[in-house]
Amino acid sequence: MKYLRNFGQEFKKNKALFSMLAPAFILTVVLSYIPMVGLILAFKNFNYGKGIFGSKFNGIENFRFLFASGKGWQITKNTILYNLLNLVTSQAIAILLSIFITEIRAKYYKKVTQSLIFLPYFISWVLVGIFVFAIFNYETGLLNNLRKAAGAEPYNIYAVPGIWPFLICAFNAWKWSGYNSVIYIAAITGVDQEIYEAAAIDGANIFQRIRHIMLPCIRPTVITMLLLQVGRILRGDFEMFYQIVGNNGQLFDVTDVIDTYVFRSLMTNANIGMTTAAALYQSVVCFVVIILVNAIVKRIDADYALF
Amino acid sequence: MAANTTGVEGATKIKNSPSSTIFYVIAYTIVGAMAIICLVPFLIMISGSFTAEKYITFHGFNIYPVEFSTEAYNLIFKTPSTIIKAYGVSIYVTILGTFLGLMVTAATAYVLGRKDFKYRNQFSFFFYFTTLFNGGMVCTYIFFVRYLHLNDSLWAVILPGMFSVFNMLIMRTFVVGIPTALIESAKIDGAGEYKIFFSIILPLLKPGLATIGLFLALAYWNNWYNAMLYINNPDKFPLQYMLYNLLQKSEAMARIAAQAGLVVTDVPSNSLKMAMAVVATGPILIVYPFVQKYFVAGITIGSVKG
Repeated sequence: MKYLRNFGQEFKKNKALFSMLAPAFILTVVLSYIPMVGLILAFKNFNYGKGIFGSKFNGIENFRFLFASGKGWQITKNTILYNLLNLVTSQAIAILLSIFITEIRAKYYKKVTQSLIFLPYFISWVLVGIFVFAIFNYETGLLNNLRKAAGAEPYNIYAVPGIWPFLICAFNAWKWSGYNSVIYIAAITGVDQEIYEAAAIDGANIFQRIRHIMLPCIRPTVITMLLLQVGRILRGDFEMFYQIVGNNGQLFDVTDVIDTYVFRSLMTNANIGMTTAAALYQSVVCFVVIILVNAIVKRIDADYALF
Repeated sequence: MAANTTGVEGATKIKNSPSSTIFYVIAYTIVGAMAIICLVPFLIMISGSFTAEKYITFHGFNIYPVEFSTEAYNLIFKTPSTIIKAYGVSIYVTILGTFLGLMVTAATAYVLGRKDFKYRNQFSFFFYFTTLFNGGMVCTYIFFVRYLHLNDSLWAVILPGMFSVFNMLIMRTFVVGIPTALIESAKIDGAGEYKIFFSIILPLLKPGLATIGLFLALAYWNNWYNAMLYINNPDKFPLQYMLYNLLQKSEAMARIAAQAGLVVTDVPSNSLKMAMAVVATGPILIVYPFVQKYFVAGITIGSVKG
């Protein structure tokens, strides 16, 4: 009660400030908190006419359905594997690039290459989908164009599911390495330039400078990036998967992540209860993982914790 | 970007050892190769848009136009109504969304950046929590369509992108950089909170507004996902979603053929897809060199804050 009264007094005193918070507050309630209430559908048999609250409870039936078919495990496995693969490759490439780019001394070479590497961040995934079409489609793609020119048989890449994890990983790295290297370059150049100069004067060669100055500089950034990604361990980048894979059903077994599966179920009106169960499962696991990992990091070194 | 990467000038005075020469050869090669890999898809797109359809059908796409032709662009500009409508929708969504988003973000960041605002931690947590836990696509979709009746309304495209915690935290960094004394002295002079915000804070926040405004504008311009979920009326398709339809759905190609008075099989579909992609991405490619530095600044601040 006392807390409420304090809040009321504060509200009266700072009406203007509260009113400035109101738009964001309302947006967040409407767009984030109210849909959370909808998660109770995970325990209901959804009927569109009866709505969220009118539909009947059916216990954990939706979860059983999701996992009994084996689909739940498969998309969980895919999501985690893709996240780990993408995390390692995109960060490794970005770190390598950022070290190389900071060391490049030719001014224009540096500027032009850096701008080009950053460019994919600015385009939509739809355009990436167009690129995939232009390179890999069977009839007119560049790949088969080159193969034909070299006298080889055209290759139907859509019939080879095993290649797609690597393609998806490559496109993910392609799109994000510029963005991530901006972060790492900032971390490397964020330190006092005198340290580099002193090291150079003391006779440290380039490898020693990388090992003893640059890598320690980017360590906190690497940890932050890892933490952020770990908190999304069950979330797939829907736009990426959807645009790269498209509607090629024969690839779904290896490319389906929770998000694409949920979306397709939603569009085909299959089973709203089950898709909500998948969403709840996804959110809860991510939440628990990030809280746990953050707590562990906090115990080891509080500076690196996210919150 | 240049300002960010001053390099290691002191090191240049030291003579390179053979092993560091190898390092530089590798560094220049790999960075150059990556730059080319990033550029090639754009070259395929542009060259495809300028290549005769006959050539593409027989030989496929290439990284330079072997048989130059502007037939795809001729078709687009002969009956430009589809593309003009989509451009109109994208411009409308981008401008309105960016403006509203900036206002909401700046106001929120300002209040939460004020050290004398007692409940700033509670509200920060209230916003931050949504990045850790959310209801997901299905619940949002049902809520939007069944309860808010946002089907076929452009608000369904604008509202979800207006406020993001990431943008707000970047903006708050800019707010914290403003000396508190300015606010204090304005108060003593009798200025109200709104007056302080609009006539003192907003002008000082210009660099922050530019940065976040560009993030918002890019996100709105590139958004196709919300349009796919909520917009069914082709007249309300933003550019990116129209482009997606053209690539994936035969109806979209048929509609363009009908408008141009052609049989679908006569439409230069391969080069047309690339030409549409060029027209949709053109604005980004044109402004890219000028706005790049704002994105670099924003990303850098965002990464420091975590």
